[in-house]
Amino acid sequence: MALDVRETGRAAGTPPARPRREITTAFVVSRIAVLAVTAAILLYAVPPLVATGSWVALGVLCAAAAGIAFLYLTRRFVPAKYLVPGTVFLVAFQVFPVVYTATTAFTNFGDGHRGSKAEAVTAIETGSVRQAPGSPEYALTPALRGEELVFLLVDPKTKQVSLGTPDGLTPLTGAELGITGKVVAAPGLTVLKAPEAAARAAEVSALAVPTSGGLIKANGLSRAVEGRAALAYDAACDCVRGEGGPWTADEEQGYFVNAKGDHLAQGWQVNVGFANFARALTDPTISGYFLGVLGWNLVFALVSALGTFGIGMAVALALHHPRMRGTRFYRIALILPYAMPAFAMLLVWRDMFNRDFGLVNQLLGVHVDWLGEPGTARLAVILVNLWLGFPYMFLVTTGALQAIPRELTEAAAIDGATPWRAFRRVTLPLLLVALTPLLISSFAFNFNNFNAIALTTEGGPFPAASPQVGATDLLITYTFRLAFGAGGAQFGFAAAISVFIFAIVALVSAVAFRRTRKQEEVYA
Amino acid sequence: MRLALRHVFVLVVCAFALFPILFVVSAAINPLGTLASTDLLPSGAGLGNFVNLLTSDTYPFGRWFFNSVFIALASSFASLLLSMFAAYAFSRMRFAGRRVGLLALLLIQMFPQFLAIVTIFMIFTEVTELYPAFGFNTAWGLLLLYLGGALGVNTWLMKGFLDTVPKELDEAATVDGATHAQIFWRVIMPLVTPILAVTALLAFIGTMSEFLMANVFLRDPGSKTLAVGMYGMIAGDHRNANFGMFAAGTLLTAIPTVGVFLWLQKYIVSGLTAGAVKG
Repeated sequence: MALDVRETGRAAGTPPARPRREITTAFVVSRIAVLAVTAAILLYAVPPLVATGSWVALGVLCAAAAGIAFLYLTRRFVPAKYLVPGTVFLVAFQVFPVVYTATTAFTNFGDGHRGSKAEAVTAIETGSVRQAPGSPEYALTPALRGEELVFLLVDPKTKQVSLGTPDGLTPLTGAELGITGKVVAAPGLTVLKAPEAAARAAEVSALAVPTSGGLIKANGLSRAVEGRAALAYDAACDCVRGEGGPWTADEEQGYFVNAKGDHLAQGWQVNVGFANFARALTDPTISGYFLGVLGWNLVFALVSALGTFGIGMAVALALHHPRMRGTRFYRIALILPYAMPAFAMLLVWRDMFNRDFGLVNQLLGVHVDWLGEPGTARLAVILVNLWLGFPYMFLVTTGALQAIPRELTEAAAIDGATPWRAFRRVTLPLLLVALTPLLISSFAFNFNNFNAIALTTEGGPFPAASPQVGATDLLITYTFRLAFGAGGAQFGFAAAISVFIFAIVALVSAVAFRRTRKQEEVYA
Repeated sequence: MRLALRHVFVLVVCAFALFPILFVVSAAINPLGTLASTDLLPSGAGLGNFVNLLTSDTYPFGRWFFNSVFIALASSFASLLLSMFAAYAFSRMRFAGRRVGLLALLLIQMFPQFLAIVTIFMIFTEVTELYPAFGFNTAWGLLLLYLGGALGVNTWLMKGFLDTVPKELDEAATVDGATHAQIFWRVIMPLVTPILAVTALLAFIGTMSEFLMANVFLRDPGSKTLAVGMYGMIAGDHRNANFGMFAAGTLLTAIPTVGVFLWLQKYIVSGLTAGAVKG
């Protein structure tokens, strides 16, 4: 896995002379198969796109299908034939989501800023609808005109019956009223009985009948009221008029603000440039946490990677002795933690550290709140992570030890080296050449080891003074709470922190990989 | 004397490795089935927790088990194939963008994937409307999502292994008139079984334990995987009462993993080493 991308073997661009091939049966069959599969996928995927009018998606799909069909029909572009299958999935489900997420780091995307400005205006206007003063509360009977849902509205005072449709309100004659004041029959219409109306509850609540001053909407299934919007958008001044207003659009913040500096709850998504990044670095409440969390995060990842390697290697070395008995039994016992489902064992460990009925306290005969104190909680999560990770390192080191020729250590012993010196100078360097790439990827994995924290301490314990950041929080669990937490989603800010996380991990890994390559040149 | 020390040390580590597992076994056969009543050594033995788990109406464990094994098998098999294709191209062919491609594969893995969940959620909201068969609460949709991660560290592992397979083999086959496809299926694939076994096992274990994506994706009780379903089993108030069933479920979940491990065991050690040494 090392970043060893040196060109090996023959110089690039001079393929061996190959005989000209005829068109064989296998060739024809494989081409037909490719075309058939492509056609089948198109046949399945196109109709829904046409039905919903998703022309852009349709265009992308057809272009991709044409490209793939061409790629596998021609004899050229051989490497692409092998790379495209995996790449299609990679682009659709990793590259695109990641790039899209990274771009939200430059916006204020989050609660209150989810959609476009037009969507915000609609939400503000419909959200401000109140019952118009003095307007009647109609008795409502939902009915069908053909297939269309309509309202039959009875004014409680005048007993005047009106027909309400999305186009407006029109008086209706010839309707028959029941004792409850609701319509029981009307010419040309099918009156819905209560259970039928209940089945269409979603349609009923969605229907709005426009009137001169506002909208009539259902309130339940048997009442309807006329409402007026307290706030209305005025395109001329790019502002919202009404209660507490005027609220002027502020394109910097993505909010409608008034003269007093208040803003309406509903905003829209705007570009904020580097504001999120600046906030992570300069806001004292956040940057203070950021450095603290980063420090613990580095310790956690380093101790996890080196600790699992240390234990795994020590056991592998102990078993790596010609006169050692029972290695088969030991190996199976040591690998078992790796075979257990990690998510479940994390939850089991959490309960073993429980203060009142946890196994650890029972065995040690103490009454310690392991996950409740910062120091013990950190110790506990590292211990759990070592337990989960060392079997893998044991497996890997066992394999790598087998590949080191015994003559080397024997020669060192003959030259008078103590076992410790022989290990330090011969075995360890050779092991490291083989295993540094795995150590680096173990570091990168543990740096972002969400499950190890989320399933045990959930980041806690949280100090009473600052409930945002817990003692065992990694950057990733902290970011997760920012993005999805109870305090309101801040996707833009969380994305900015993710970019930082990415930069840190990539930097550490890149430096480590460079060192590995130098090492390989020395020892290999 | 020296040897005895080795045994003592290994036994200590074995004890560390085994005592949580012993605790799980003890909880699974504990007749009371609660966390508070569970000790390291079982006070009684019974299969009540297993029976409760398998006959429960609230927790369709059998269904979850099937979902998990199906998704894990299908996804590790498919991603293995996709990854092997790519590794073959990266190891055996020289083309523009090869170095960049390899580096990009490594880098994209380092971005915290879970944040992309918001975007993935939006993508699959659309997909659910257009193609319900691949939408939320379906194994096929989750499978597609997992295949997005097919190219990654595993591709590197395989490429490293492939580099150790002598090139003369495929050159000889080329001279004999074999196409690149024939070389791949007939020459390369039989030679790389060890690394296939290792990556298959890693992918299988990874998918069985995957929680974050599955938790967002599978909401319907019948569609859940073991990780999502069993997490719900001891969430909130049920933590103490359901612990016995949970432990029984954990042991049952380990069975397929151990099965795959035993099946692939003879290749594992040599595969891990070979990939790592040259990688």
